[in-house]
Amino acid sequence: MNDERTNGGNQKRESGVTPDPAATYTHGDLIHTAPEFALADSDVLSAERGDVIAGTSLWRDAWRRLLKNRLAVIGMIVVGLITIASVLGPFLIQKLTGVTPDYIPSDVRLLRSIPPLQGPDGSFSWLHPMGTDNQGRDLLARVLQGGQISLMVGIISTLVSLLIGVGYGAIAGYLGGRIDNLMMRVVDVLYSLPYIIIVIVLLSVFRSQTARGQMVLLFVALGSVSWLTMARIVRGQVLSLKNQEFVLAARATGVSTPRIIFRHIVPNTLGPVIVYATLTIPTVMLTEAFLSFLGFGVQAPLASWGSLATDGIQNIGIFPWQMVFPGVTMALTLFSLNFLGDGLRDALDPQTRKV
Amino acid sequence: MTDANDNLLEVRDLRTYFDTDDGEVRAVDGISFTLKRGETLGIVGESGSGKSVTNLSIIRLIPVPPGRIASGEIVFDGVDLLSLKEEEIRKVRGRRIAMIFQDPMTSLNPFMKISRQIMEITRLHLGHSKTEAYEHAIEMLKTVGIPDARTRVDNYPHEFSGGMRQRVMIAMALSCQPELLIADEPTTALDVTIQAQILELIKTLKQATGTSVILITHDLGVVAGMTDHLVVMYAGKIFEQAPTAELFAQSGNPYTKGLLRSVPDPLKEQDELYQIPGLPPDVAHLPPGCPFAPRCYRAEEICTREFPPFVQLAADHFSLCHFAAEVFADSGEPAAAEQVTAR
Repeated sequence: MNDERTNGGNQKRESGVTPDPAATYTHGDLIHTAPEFALADSDVLSAERGDVIAGTSLWRDAWRRLLKNRLAVIGMIVVGLITIASVLGPFLIQKLTGVTPDYIPSDVRLLRSIPPLQGPDGSFSWLHPMGTDNQGRDLLARVLQGGQISLMVGIISTLVSLLIGVGYGAIAGYLGGRIDNLMMRVVDVLYSLPYIIIVIVLLSVFRSQTARGQMVLLFVALGSVSWLTMARIVRGQVLSLKNQEFVLAARATGVSTPRIIFRHIVPNTLGPVIVYATLTIPTVMLTEAFLSFLGFGVQAPLASWGSLATDGIQNIGIFPWQMVFPGVTMALTLFSLNFLGDGLRDALDPQTRKV
Repeated sequence: MTDANDNLLEVRDLRTYFDTDDGEVRAVDGISFTLKRGETLGIVGESGSGKSVTNLSIIRLIPVPPGRIASGEIVFDGVDLLSLKEEEIRKVRGRRIAMIFQDPMTSLNPFMKISRQIMEITRLHLGHSKTEAYEHAIEMLKTVGIPDARTRVDNYPHEFSGGMRQRVMIAMALSCQPELLIADEPTTALDVTIQAQILELIKTLKQATGTSVILITHDLGVVAGMTDHLVVMYAGKIFEQAPTAELFAQSGNPYTKGLLRSVPDPLKEQDELYQIPGLPPDVAHLPPGCPFAPRCYRAEEICTREFPPFVQLAADHFSLCHFAAEVFADSGEPAAAEQVTAR
């Protein structure tokens, strides 16, 4: 290659004797396309072959970072255990002891609140690890069943808020301009209304006859007020994403606007969305407990941690376990979810994340 | 210009303006050029000269609230693209006119597998089924020289290096066999050896498919070996327009001359590399005369007062300069250099 260079140079100098600028810049004579640089297929193939490595995906990286966070791992385990216990627990208890959460004993002597780990006669017994409530119902079974409802309220309401918030925020952010302005002002207005009053109004105006109907209403009511922050977060993400070149590239290949928003941009907002959703679940659960306390939440015979605690608080002086067990279980879950959410935020932090 | 059917693309008096707080920015101000089928056109200019805006205007991807195409015609295969509806232009994008962007690191969606990104285009435009599209994607990756295409097709963009990603971009762009490929500084973000490979690849594929190419660059070296025609842009206007060989041999514009002299010549001993003095002007506040006048070695009083004419120097050679003929005739570069030092 060196030789060729010198040769080329010599030719140049010879022609350079005549002061003809045409010779200095001959068509196709610049370095980039000099013949020695013309590539054979094999060159192209071998050029970067060493590059084939098993890449680590963003998610795997984030997962690894999450596992390093002790609090988040503990939170994850606790949430997992409580979820499993809530789902399977009531069935297991029924199998083992024959007691359902709603089972009221027919024996009149049992229609009282028995302390934890005591049998009806006051001796030690595993029959009711958390004791019973005023009607003699097993508190553990009720707490676990309440967990089902509480988690369901948290998760479903968060999903509702995800659905509305992500869609709304992404559309506002991507379309921009006047539409964005209008859409976000609507959010601002809703923000400025006290959401708990909206929920109470919604729940009392559309009061349902059945307990299940009331619960569905609760999902809708909580979901429809908790999407506001989600919409803002997603909009902010989309605003910065929509100017990235891959969006322009997608548009340049003729992809339609809805497809660009939901197939190309929204998946890229997933990190912050997951974090915020994880932190929304405990907030919604807390709101539900608060509403149950006010009597607007889950209706009997269904129970949630909030409604159990509300029942318990009336007898807190005499039967403290009625209030303590659902309360502590709920606090533990909320703690764990918050730790998990914080851990996820650190793991998926867009600032430290390398794309 | 002889046979109208021969022209794949005709841009006539295109003006793209942006309304900003700083006033109206005339990013592209009345440019015209034609591209024949199978030809390669180079658009050269400094940053902010309007090269990219020109090409985004062609496929109508100018962000519309601040920007607008104020006037002009973009006739592609006999149809004015500016008159098309949004759905109609979408069928042109990617199918008949494809684009490659500057930075391969950011122009692929980091959350989508390569396969899905290529499949999306062919399923959209060619109506491929999933399996057809998948096989086609593998074929395309093989065409652009990606080893082990069958396994690589299911990788994510971050598992590719810069040069490989640019190959993927080319594969995506060519997957529907477009008639026109617009490459917007395709090699700027790559290192030199990869640059050469990518250019070679574009050249080879262009020859194989007969696609016309518009190559935007600020690197004259890139343009020299690749293009048939050159358009030199400055401040949103075409300063010189000629067949590439002719322009390199004999330029009729002081700006082009400055650009040519700014390219290092490995065969000449040079103590210091020439540079055009000053900076590109603020397009929002252009002076009344020639926008290049403050930086021009040939500038005279008339240049700051009157906008220069677009002079025809040869059959296919135009230059925007008051002294175009004189500069064209005066090929003695050393003299020009002396004038600069004298100023």
